[in-house]
Amino acid sequence: MSQTSSLLNDPMILRELIMDHYQYPHNHKLVEDERYRSVHMASDSCIDDITVQSRISGGMIEDVRFDGVACTISTASTSMMTDLLKGRSTDEAKMIIGQYFNMIENKEYDPDVLEEAVAFQNVYKQANRIKCATIGWKAMQQMIDESEASE
Amino acid sequence: MFDVNEIRKDFPMIQNRPDLIYFDNGATTYKPQPVIDAVLGFYNGYTSNVERGDYETAVKADKAYADTRKIIARFINCDPKEVVFTANITASLNQIAWGLGRSFLHEGDIVLTTEAEHASNLLPWFRLEKDLGIKIEYIPVDHQGVCHIEDVRKALNEKVKVVAMAHVTNVLGSVQPIREIAEAAHEYGAYVVMDGAQSVPHRRTDVRELGVDFMGFSSHKMCGPDGVGVLYGRYELLQKMEPVFLGGGMNARFSSDFNIILKDAPEKFEAGTPNIEGVIGLGAAAEYLMSLGMDNIQQYEKELRAYFAAKISQLDNIEFYNPDNLSGPITFNGKGVFAQDAAGYLGSKNICVRSGNHCAKILHEVIGTDQTIRASLYFYNTKEEVDRFIEAAAQISLENAVSIFF
Ligand SMILES: Cc1ncc(COP(=O)(O)O)c(C=O)c1O
Repeated sequence: MSQTSSLLNDPMILRELIMDHYQYPHNHKLVEDERYRSVHMASDSCIDDITVQSRISGGMIEDVRFDGVACTISTASTSMMTDLLKGRSTDEAKMIIGQYFNMIENKEYDPDVLEEAVAFQNVYKQANRIKCATIGWKAMQQMIDESEASE
Repeated sequence: MFDVNEIRKDFPMIQNRPDLIYFDNGATTYKPQPVIDAVLGFYNGYTSNVERGDYETAVKADKAYADTRKIIARFINCDPKEVVFTANITASLNQIAWGLGRSFLHEGDIVLTTEAEHASNLLPWFRLEKDLGIKIEYIPVDHQGVCHIEDVRKALNEKVKVVAMAHVTNVLGSVQPIREIAEAAHEYGAYVVMDGAQSVPHRRTDVRELGVDFMGFSSHKMCGPDGVGVLYGRYELLQKMEPVFLGGGMNARFSSDFNIILKDAPEKFEAGTPNIEGVIGLGAAAEYLMSLGMDNIQQYEKELRAYFAAKISQLDNIEFYNPDNLSGPITFNGKGVFAQDAAGYLGSKNICVRSGNHCAKILHEVIGTDQTIRASLYFYNTKEEVDRFIEAAAQISLENAVSIFF
C-alpha cells in the first residue's frame, strides 16, 4: 500500500496514467443489453459528449462501460471510474464517488480509496475543467440513484 | 496611417493585461476608451429613459440614442429608419425569421441556407419548418466552406422565398459572394437575409451595394458593448413585418377593446426600455471603426492573417484547416490532441483561443473533425503576438496538455 501510495505521489506517473487512460481507455465500448442503464452526458462547454452504461443488480455494480468524444480529462477520469467502481456494491461506490467529488472540490478526502483517480487532484485549480473531471462520475451517480429508487 | 501601436493605446484591456494574447475576437472583442467613455458618459452625466423626454438629460439621452441610428446608417449605408436595435444578432435573426414566417411565408416555401451557418442562423429557420411546414434546403459549399454562385443558381426555384447566409462564416472564415447571390435570389423574388456577425466588424459593409433585404450583427464583436445588436431591413419590408415583442414604446395607441396601433419601424420592433447605454456605446464603436477606416482594418487583418497562416503552416504538430481563406479565423488542431486540451495548454501560456464543437455536418466532411480551435484576429493584434503564439503552439502535445494539471 505505502509503495503504491508513493508512486501515486509522483506527478510524472500521474501524468502518464492520465495519458494512458486517454489513449487506451478501459471499458470503452457500449453494449446493447436491456439489463444496462445508460446516461448520456454533454457538458455545458458543449464539447464533451459521452455515454456511460452500467449493469446494477441486487445492490452490486456488475459492469460499467462508456463511449464518446471527449477531452483527456473527461476520458481518463471516466475510464478510471469504470475500473474503480466495477464489482463494488452501490454503497461502496457512493462512498468512493463522494471522496472523488471532495477531492475535485479541494476538500478533505481519502486518497487510498481513489487509487489512480488521485491523478485529478489538481483539477480544482482550473475551474473550467471541473466539469470534464466529473462528467462520467456524475453519470454513474445518477444511475446508482435511479437503481436505488427503482428497488 | 494605420499605426497598430498607437491603436493599442486606446484599449485598456491591452494596457492592463499586456501578458495576454487575445485571439478570441470571433467570440467578442476588446473595447476602446471612446466606447467606455460613451457608456460612462451616459451613466455619469445624463442617465434617463428615452422617448418623450421633458427635461434636459432625457432630451440628451433621446438625442444620443437617435444619433446612433444615424451613425449605424452611415456605417452600413442605409436609412436611419431601417436600423432596429436588438439584444444581439441572435435576437435580430429570430425577429427576421419569425417575422417572415408570420406574414410572408407559406407552407411548402423553401428557405435556402448552407451547412456552414452558425446555430443562430439555423435554429430560427428550423422552427419555421416545424411550425409552418417551411422547407430548409442547403446549398453545397466547397472544401474551404465557400458557396459558389452556380450552385446557388441550381438550388433556386419559384418555391424559394428566403436565402439566409453569413457573409463570412464563423468556423472557417469563408467569404460568400453575397452580392451575386442576392442578385440571383431576387430574380426569383426571394428575400436575402445576411448574417453579418463575422463580416461587419472586419470589412466595409454596404447593404445597398450587397443588395440584401435583411441583415444582422452584434455590437460586442465590433468593439461595442454587450447586449446590443442591429437588425437592418428594407423599410417597406420592416413596415410589413410584425414584431416579436409587444409592449411599451412600440405602440402608437391602444384601447381596452384590444385594438393596437403600432408605431412605424424601427420603433415598433423596440418594445420596452432598450439598452440605452449599449446603443450609445455601439455608436461610439462604429465611429471609432470608421475613423480607423474599414478598408484599412480589412487590409491590416489580411496581411496579419497571411503572416499567421504562413507561420502556422510550418508547424509539424499542427493541423491547419483553412489556409486558402484570406480572412476570418485560423482554424486548427494539435495533432493527436483534443481541441479543448490544446486550447487549455495555450490558455496556460496566456493565449486566449476558443475550442469548439461544430455540429455542422459539412464541416465534419470538409475538415474531418467536429472539434477545432479557432484563433481569431482583430486589428489591434500584432505580428509579435503571432510570433509568441507560434512559439507556444509548437509545444502543443498530449504530454504538455496534460502537464498543466501538475
Ligand atoms: C456567424 C455568427 N452568427 C451569429 C453569431 C451569434 O452572435 P451573438 O451571440 O452575439 O448573438 C455568431 C457568434 O459567434 C456568429 O459568429
